[in-house]
Amino acid sequence: MDFILSALDYLLGIPVLGWGVQIGLIYKILLVLVSLLVFTAFILLADRKIWAAVQIRRGPNVVGPFGLLQSFADLLKFALKEPIIPGGSDKVLFLLAPLLTATLALAGWVIIPFGPGLVLADINLGILYLLAISSLGVYGVIIGGWASNSKYPFLGSLRSAAQMVSYEVSIGLVIITVLLCVGSLNLSDIVVAQQEMGLAHTLGVPWLSFLNWFWLPLFPMFVVFYISALAETNRPPFDLAEGESELVAGFMTEYSATPYMLFMLGEYISILLMCAMTTILFLGGWASPIDLPPFTWIPGVVWFVVKLSMVFFMFAMAKAIVPRYRYDQLMRIGWKVFLPMSLAMVVIVAFVLQLTGWGWQGGMA
Amino acid sequence: MTLPLFFFYLFSAIAIASALMVISARNPVHAVLFLILTFFNASGLFMLAGAEFLALLLIVVYVGAVAVLFLFVVMMLDVDFASLRQGFLQYAPIGVVVGAILLLELLLVAGSFVVSPEVAAGSALPMDGAVDNMRAIGLVLYTRYIFLFQGAGAVLLVAMIGAIVLTLRHKSNVKRQDPIVQVGRKASETLEVVKVKSGQGL
Repeated sequence: MDFILSALDYLLGIPVLGWGVQIGLIYKILLVLVSLLVFTAFILLADRKIWAAVQIRRGPNVVGPFGLLQSFADLLKFALKEPIIPGGSDKVLFLLAPLLTATLALAGWVIIPFGPGLVLADINLGILYLLAISSLGVYGVIIGGWASNSKYPFLGSLRSAAQMVSYEVSIGLVIITVLLCVGSLNLSDIVVAQQEMGLAHTLGVPWLSFLNWFWLPLFPMFVVFYISALAETNRPPFDLAEGESELVAGFMTEYSATPYMLFMLGEYISILLMCAMTTILFLGGWASPIDLPPFTWIPGVVWFVVKLSMVFFMFAMAKAIVPRYRYDQLMRIGWKVFLPMSLAMVVIVAFVLQLTGWGWQGGMA
Repeated sequence: MTLPLFFFYLFSAIAIASALMVISARNPVHAVLFLILTFFNASGLFMLAGAEFLALLLIVVYVGAVAVLFLFVVMMLDVDFASLRQGFLQYAPIGVVVGAILLLELLLVAGSFVVSPEVAAGSALPMDGAVDNMRAIGLVLYTRYIFLFQGAGAVLLVAMIGAIVLTLRHKSNVKRQDPIVQVGRKASETLEVVKVKSGQGL
């Protein structure tokens, strides 16, 4: 019984009311979950607004002031409509697929540090966990496409799976280069390492901390990661899995109402997760860009969200500006350009670190 | 009962149940999905044993890559498992023999550890508690086991080259794009500006 009590305290404890010794984990999870979902709603709106602005349209502007409540109206619509399940489909798997996508996308946020110490699970193998979670994202797509028992979804899911597996490789190698510099797989360590070493320290101007971050020394990897993240999350210009001109809507063709919303939600949350990853790996996480008083007064969480939003802006602009790739071109750029490039970079970075002894606390060496 | 013990029984029960479902499921796609569930629970057991690096690697490699290819093949091939089951009784004795040999070998290994603990001590390196899991594996993998490690890598490389050689065919009548040639093309090589006099043509 003792372990049940301690588990309850860990999950539900409230110290202020004299019950339990720590703030329960469930409240923290709920806080992250709710703020993430609300943020996603506005990010969805921002995506459509940016797209519209590039095409000189107004975008959604009817629900609420400037259309701010559009996403909530969409949510109501998705939740209230009837979900249609195709007759020949595998019903259990058909409904499991969107659940899997949404759950896995949310599970990745467990290890994201929003600020110093502000993380749900500060595990040592954080990045590996994230890699594992994002490699599972394929299953939602494959299962959804197969269970629909229809041709376009199946073709879309095959395309998408091949694409995600391919780009996983280059993302993994890019992450390895960052790990070599830091010498730790803990995401908080990666952020701290970017504050404590780098170009600004070498130049003798440590307050210019944006020069410290890894985007500068690992710039080619930053570009490779950004493009691979677009491909990994099936964002345009790599959205061949749901290219409407070829495959109707890809693996989502047969989905409607709430299951469709879960797919959509999972997709956008994993896009945000990739933005957060870019922020942590290359843009210094919660650190302020200039280490002087007016900037350091702003809390780290705000900087984190600002950086994340800026990375998302780049994602949205890519969607609006770049034409869709052809499938064989997509595969070519993944396997013949990014893979050799990132592999070479791993070797080069490892050599440089070994010879010069740079890297946080000696790096991996 | 402590919390880890509870999770141990949970993971092992689900692992065994889903492993049974792998061989008894009618639909091959369901069988592969149950296989993935088995991998997951095995990874959970690794995690309980304190080998979190291996646990996550199991998910990344087996679930994230190998099982995806399994699923691909099973979905694409449309295997008729009913016809495969026709010769079930005929092949059953061979399966039983293979299973018995595997069981015997496992028992031998586990038994030798129990009978003489120095055998286990000789084959396994003591774990240094100060360094984390991944670093500890790296430290022995690149020193003590370097030849085995490189040998395994060479075997995989040969297998990969073999697979590529077997499947790669250059068909002569297929038009291919070469982006380097396309980008390197100059206007002067392909375009000719001709002044045409009106009324005469070329």
